[in-house]
Amino acid sequence: MILAITSTGPSADSLVSEKFGRCSYFVLFNDQTKEIKSIVNSAESMEHGAGPKAAQLIINENAEAVITGAVGGNAEEALKRAGIKVIIGLKSNMKVSEAIDFYFKR
Amino acid sequence: MIISIASGKGGTGKTTISVNLALSVQPSVYIDCDVEEPNGHILLKPEITSQKEITKKMPAVDLNKCTFCGKCSELCEFNAIVVMKSDVMFFEDLCHSCGVCSNFCPERAIYETERSFGEIRKGHIKSESVSFIDGTVKVGEMHGAQLIKHVRKEIKPDSINIIDAPPGTSCSMVAAVNGTDFCILVTESTPFGLNDLKLAVQVVRSLGIPFGIIINKYDENFTELDSYCSSGNIPVLLKIPFDRKIAEHYSRGIPPVQVRPELKEDFRQVYKTVNSIMQARCTPDEKR
Repeated sequence: MILAITSTGPSADSLVSEKFGRCSYFVLFNDQTKEIKSIVNSAESMEHGAGPKAAQLIINENAEAVITGAVGGNAEEALKRAGIKVIIGLKSNMKVSEAIDFYFKR
Repeated sequence: MIISIASGKGGTGKTTISVNLALSVQPSVYIDCDVEEPNGHILLKPEITSQKEITKKMPAVDLNKCTFCGKCSELCEFNAIVVMKSDVMFFEDLCHSCGVCSNFCPERAIYETERSFGEIRKGHIKSESVSFIDGTVKVGEMHGAQLIKHVRKEIKPDSINIIDAPPGTSCSMVAAVNGTDFCILVTESTPFGLNDLKLAVQVVRSLGIPFGIIINKYDENFTELDSYCSSGNIPVLLKIPFDRKIAEHYSRGIPPVQVRPELKEDFRQVYKTVNSIMQARCTPDEKR
């Protein structure tokens, strides 16, 4: 499965972002291949609708779960309807790699 | 002639001034564009003769035709569409009814539906030559400015139209004031009134609308307001001192000109001043 992590930077060493719609990057971790890639969140600077736009981005990447700090109402609705599992509560002092470990050791 | 009445600060007396002006310069049309909380009807007590729902276009999708290509979501300027593997989701709060999604859908799977977001009422005031129009946006609807545009279509060009604008200086205020012939800014003798007046003045100046001030609940001890107006060459059209009798009747829904008929002459004078300011602005070529 593919896990999306909201991040302030593009790598596993980057600190996570507590924001969903307005994070800078999504880091995507494939737990079968252990492959890590990242995409720029083009919704970050959008005036309106950052939540749905960000949701669309990770839907397009076939993510099945997302781990973040908090998620807004519109984004939550879209993620839910797309069947993407949402885990909230990330704190900004955590690294992306730690968030991945946290998700799989839960 | 279209005169808009705006203020910046809420509660300065826009509706009171609009109603009294409409009653004083008949035949006139009172147009309540404060669509989130229209209350001119409380003072004017109109007989409503017609009422209509105002709708906006909302997209919907035929899932049998949709190939989930994502084109609509990509093109939507407002991020109001999310396309999933076998589903499409529209966010009505974000949608601006622009029609791009239905227009560019390669499969013609998106079509437009009508959704009511407010209503417009029309009527007249008993034994007066005053027509009445107001708009009310539905609770929770985001697009007040859109409804104001519909309300303004009801303007009667041959009459004196008085637009009662919403408070503030954002989209809906601009929608009510933009393109009017003259704007009267209503303020009060308080630091709050002055602060928000300055903001409203910036708006009407950048819209290029001639304007003047009415100071309601005027207090000569608050000199900052008078000096702001005189230093900025802003015409003060009328000063209405605080009057307990006016306030008491207002609290019972009775317009001030009905308790102080002499005020009618003051409002007629305001109208004359407005006209002369506009005449003075016209170059000889523009005079008709």
